Amino acid sequence: MERHKLSRFNIASLTLGLAFLYLPIVILVIYSFNGSRLVTVWGGWSLRWYHEFFNDKAMIDAAWMSVRVAAASATVATLLGTLAAVALSRGEGFRGRPLFSGMLYAPLVMPEVITGLSLLLLFVALNAERGFWTVVVAHTTLTMCFVAVVVQARLGSLDRSLEEAAMDLGCDPVRAFLMVTLPLIIPSIAAGWMLAFTLSLDDLVIASFTTGPGSATLPIRIYSEVRLGVKPEINAICTMVIGLIAIVIVVASLASKLSNDRGESAAPL
Amino acid sequence: MSARRIFARPARYAAIAPYVWMVLFFLVPFGFVLKISLSETAIAQPPYTPVFDLAAGTAAFREAFAALSIDNFRLLVSDNLYVLSYLRSLVVALVSTSILLLIGYPIAYGMARLPKRWQPVAMMLVIVPFWTSFLIRIYAWINILQHDGLLNQILLTLHLVSQPVVWLSTDSAMYLGIVYSYLPFMILPLYATLSKMEPALEEAAADLGAAPIEVFWLVTFPLSLPGVGAGVLLCFIPIVGEFVIPDLLAGSDSLMIGQTLWLEFFMNKDWPVASATAIVLLVLLIAPLLAYDRLQRRQLEMR
Amino acid sequence: MAEEAPGIEAALEPAKPGPKAALPAAIAPQPDMPLLRIEGVAKKFGGFRAVDGVSLDIAAGEFFALLGPSGCGKTTLLRMLAGFETPDEGRILLRGRDIAQVLPHERPVNMMFQNYALFPHLSVRDNIAFGLKRAGLARENISARVAEMVALVKLDGLETRKPDQLSGGQRQRVALARSLARRPQVLLLDEPLAALDKKLRESTQAELMELQRRLGLTFIIVTHDQEEAMTVAGRIGVMDAGRLEQVATPRELYEAPLSRWIAEFIGEVNLFDGQVESREFNRLVVATREGGTIVAAEPRNPVTKTTVSVAIRPEKVKLSRRGPVSDGTNTHAINRLEGVISDVSYLGGSTVYKVRLDSGAIVRSSMSNTARIDIDAYSLSQRVVAWFTPDDCMVLQQ
Repeated sequence: MERHKLSRFNIASLTLGLAFLYLPIVILVIYSFNGSRLVTVWGGWSLRWYHEFFNDKAMIDAAWMSVRVAAASATVATLLGTLAAVALSRGEGFRGRPLFSGMLYAPLVMPEVITGLSLLLLFVALNAERGFWTVVVAHTTLTMCFVAVVVQARLGSLDRSLEEAAMDLGCDPVRAFLMVTLPLIIPSIAAGWMLAFTLSLDDLVIASFTTGPGSATLPIRIYSEVRLGVKPEINAICTMVIGLIAIVIVVASLASKLSNDRGESAAPL
Repeated sequence: MSARRIFARPARYAAIAPYVWMVLFFLVPFGFVLKISLSETAIAQPPYTPVFDLAAGTAAFREAFAALSIDNFRLLVSDNLYVLSYLRSLVVALVSTSILLLIGYPIAYGMARLPKRWQPVAMMLVIVPFWTSFLIRIYAWINILQHDGLLNQILLTLHLVSQPVVWLSTDSAMYLGIVYSYLPFMILPLYATLSKMEPALEEAAADLGAAPIEVFWLVTFPLSLPGVGAGVLLCFIPIVGEFVIPDLLAGSDSLMIGQTLWLEFFMNKDWPVASATAIVLLVLLIAPLLAYDRLQRRQLEMR
Repeated sequence: MAEEAPGIEAALEPAKPGPKAALPAAIAPQPDMPLLRIEGVAKKFGGFRAVDGVSLDIAAGEFFALLGPSGCGKTTLLRMLAGFETPDEGRILLRGRDIAQVLPHERPVNMMFQNYALFPHLSVRDNIAFGLKRAGLARENISARVAEMVALVKLDGLETRKPDQLSGGQRQRVALARSLARRPQVLLLDEPLAALDKKLRESTQAELMELQRRLGLTFIIVTHDQEEAMTVAGRIGVMDAGRLEQVATPRELYEAPLSRWIAEFIGEVNLFDGQVESREFNRLVVATREGGTIVAAEPRNPVTKTTVSVAIRPEKVKLSRRGPVSDGTNTHAINRLEGVISDVSYLGGSTVYKVRLDSGAIVRSSMSNTARIDIDAYSLSQRVVAWFTPDDCMVLQQ
C-alpha cells in the first residue's frame, strides 16, 4: 500500500533537481562531437577532438599518470578504510576512539587547500621527492574516509546474528569475520574502491600541492588549459572520463546486482 | 561475555594501520604548517627560515626556535586584503549553504516520498553526477555560460535579450557552480534522515487537525534536523576554503580565502604567509568542525 | 477502575468542536439517520480492488469492529473514514454530510494509530495538546483538557516525558489520550493492541470498553484478532477480499454465521459437507460425504441448494462412553458418531478432544473442566460416542 503520497510539488522538485544535475554534462558530451570549433556553430558530428587528444602527448601522459595514481591510492585507501570501518563499527569503545574517528572523518569536510598545503610541507620536511608517490599518499589520506563511510554503513546494517551463528558453530571471531562478514561486505568494499578511484582521478587542489615537476595529473593539465579559455579538445577529454566512470558505475551495479541475487539486502551505498 | 564484546577485542586491532597513517599524514603535517607559519620567507630551498636541522646540534636548534615569530599573523590581521578575503569566504559559504538547503530539501523530500522500489534508483541518479569529475562539471558550466555559450544563444534566439549577457566571472556564476557541485552533499544526509521517518507521524498530525504546511513545520522539519545539521556542515566547511570554483567562475576583484592561499603559495612563493593563512582558516572553522565531529559521533552511536 | 472526579462527566460531554471540526449549522443530526453511513464504497489500487462495494451503517455510541484476515481491506476502509484514502466510488456520510472528499485535518474524526505514531520530539503533554492547538483553543482550555486526558488514561506524573522514555503500555495510553482530546464524533482504532502482550491486551480491552461506555463515544476498531473483536465490540463487520461478508453481534456471528468461510474464520468448528436427502417437519437430513447421516434443524433462511455444509461448534459436541441417555421422545433425533480419541489438548479451562470417527473424519469436542479432579476424563485411543442435537447444527450453503 502506498503510504507516501507524491504531490505535484514533489514530482516537480525531483525532476527539476535531476535535470539541473544532468543537463550540463549532457550538453558537454554533445559538444564534444561538434565538428566546429565554435560553440555557436554546429559543425556536424565529428571525432576530430578525440583525435587531437590522442595526438597530444602531454595530455596522454597526464591521463596515464592520473589513472595510475588513482588505482594505487584507491587500493591503499580501500585497505585502510575497510580496516578503519571494521574497527569503528565492531570495535566498541577503545582508548583514542574519539580521536581516531575525528581524524578519520575530518578530510570529508576539511578544505582541500589546507590538507594539500600541510601534506606538501610534510614532504618538504622529510625531503621526499615529489612525484608519483607523494600524490598517491596524499590521495590515500583524502579518500580513506570515503571508503570508511561506505563500508561502515554496510557493516552497520548487517545482521549481527550471522556472526554469532558462525561463532556458535565453532569459529573464532576473526574467522567468523573473514568467512561470514567479509564476503557480505565485498560489494561495499568494491563500491568504496571505485569511489576512491573517481575522487582521486578528479582531484585538482591536493594534486597541485603534492605533485612534482613532470608528474602532472590530468586535472592539473585540464585546469591550466581551461584557465586560458574553452577548448573543444577538453570536451572530448571530459566525455571520455565520463565514459570511463560510467563504465565503472555500470560494472559496480552489475556486481552488486549479482551479489543481491545471492540474497543480500539493499544497495552497497 | 556478550558476542559484541568478543568481537570488539580483535576488531580494535584493525584500527592500528589506519590510525598510524592518519597521525603521520594528517595530524603531524598540521604541526609543520604551524611551524612554517611562524617562519620567515627566504630565497632558498626550502623557501623559508629558520630551518630546523636536527643534525646541527641543540644550540642551532635553540637559535632557530628563537627566530620564530608571529609576524605573519600580524600581517593577516592588519592587512585588509586578508580580512576581506576571510569575510568574503564566510559570507559566500553562508549564502551558498542557505541556497543549497532551500533547493536540496524539496529534492530530498521528494526522494523520500517515492515508492520504496524507486528510491535506490533516485539515490543513484543523485550520486552519479558526484562521481563524474568535479572539474569537468564546472567546466561544463563554463561551456554553457561563456560569452558565445549555449545560454546566451538560447536567450538571443528567444529574443529575451538583445546582446549576449556576461555570465562568467560573476558572483552569480560562482554561486551556481558551488550549488551545483555541493548539491549531493546536501541532499544525501537529508534524504537519509527523511526516509527513516515514519509516514504515520505525518498522518497523525493531519488527523489531529494540522494543515499540510503545519504538518511540515511542526513535525517533518523538526524531525529532520539531524539531517539538516549534517548537510549544512558538510557543505559550509569545505565551501569556506573553496578554490577551484571561485577561481574559474568568479570575477577577480575580490578573492575567497582559498584563492588567497593559493596565490600566496604558488605566485608569491610565500610559504610562511600561506601557512599562516591556513592556520587562521582552521581556527575559524574549529567550531563547525567540532560540531560536525559531534554529529558524526552521535550517528555512529546510533548504529 | 477508580471513580472519576466529579465534574469530568460534565466536562466530557460533547463540547463545541473547534473551528476546523465545525459542521454547517444547517445540517442538524437527523433522528432516523445513523451517525455514520458508508454507501457502496470502493477503492482500487492499480487493478486490485481493495474495498469492493461496502455499505454499512454505524449508530452513535456503538463500539464497532471491522474484522478480517490480512489484506481483506479493513484497514483501507478505516483509512477512508479517516481521510487518508479517497474512495473511488460511493459516499461516506457523517451525520448526513458526505465527507468522502474532506481532507483528514478537517474531519471531526480522529484515529489511534497501530504503532501509536507519537511525535518523538514532543513531550507527552505536547503530544496530547497537539490537536487542541490546531483547533485554536485558548491556552487555559488546552491545559485543562490535557490534564483531564492525562487523568483519564492514568498517566499522571509522566506529562513531561518524551515517548522514548515510556513503556509500550504507557505509549499506548498517550496515543489514546491524544486521539480523544478533540472529542471526535468517531474514534478510529487501527489494531491498537497488536503490540501488547496477552495480559496487558486483556486489561486494555476492558479499559477501552469502559471508556467508550462512559464517554458515550463511537469507536470503530480494526483487528485481525477475532477474540478481541468478540470481546470489545457490540457489532462486528467481517470482511474478506474487500467485501463485507456479515455484520452481526458476536453471538450471531458465532452461532449463526452466514457462510462456511465465516464459520471457519470465527472460532473453531466441525464441518461436514454433504447433500440434503430429505426434509421432515423442520429437520433436514443430510447425507455426508463420509457416508454418515446428520439430522440438522432447518435454519431461518430456507435452504435452496442441495449441496450444504453442516457446522457444529466443538463445545456443542459432547462425548460419552456409551452415548446419550435415552431421552424418550427425541432420542432418535440426536446425532451419534462413534470413534476413537486421537488427540487430547488440556487447555486449563477446557480440554479439546479430537475424535477419529469410524468413517474416517475427525471431530473436535471441547469440554469444560468443571471439576478439578476429573476421574472421567477421556484418554487416547479410548472408544467414545460423540453426540449433538439437531438444534446445535448450523446449515450453511456455500
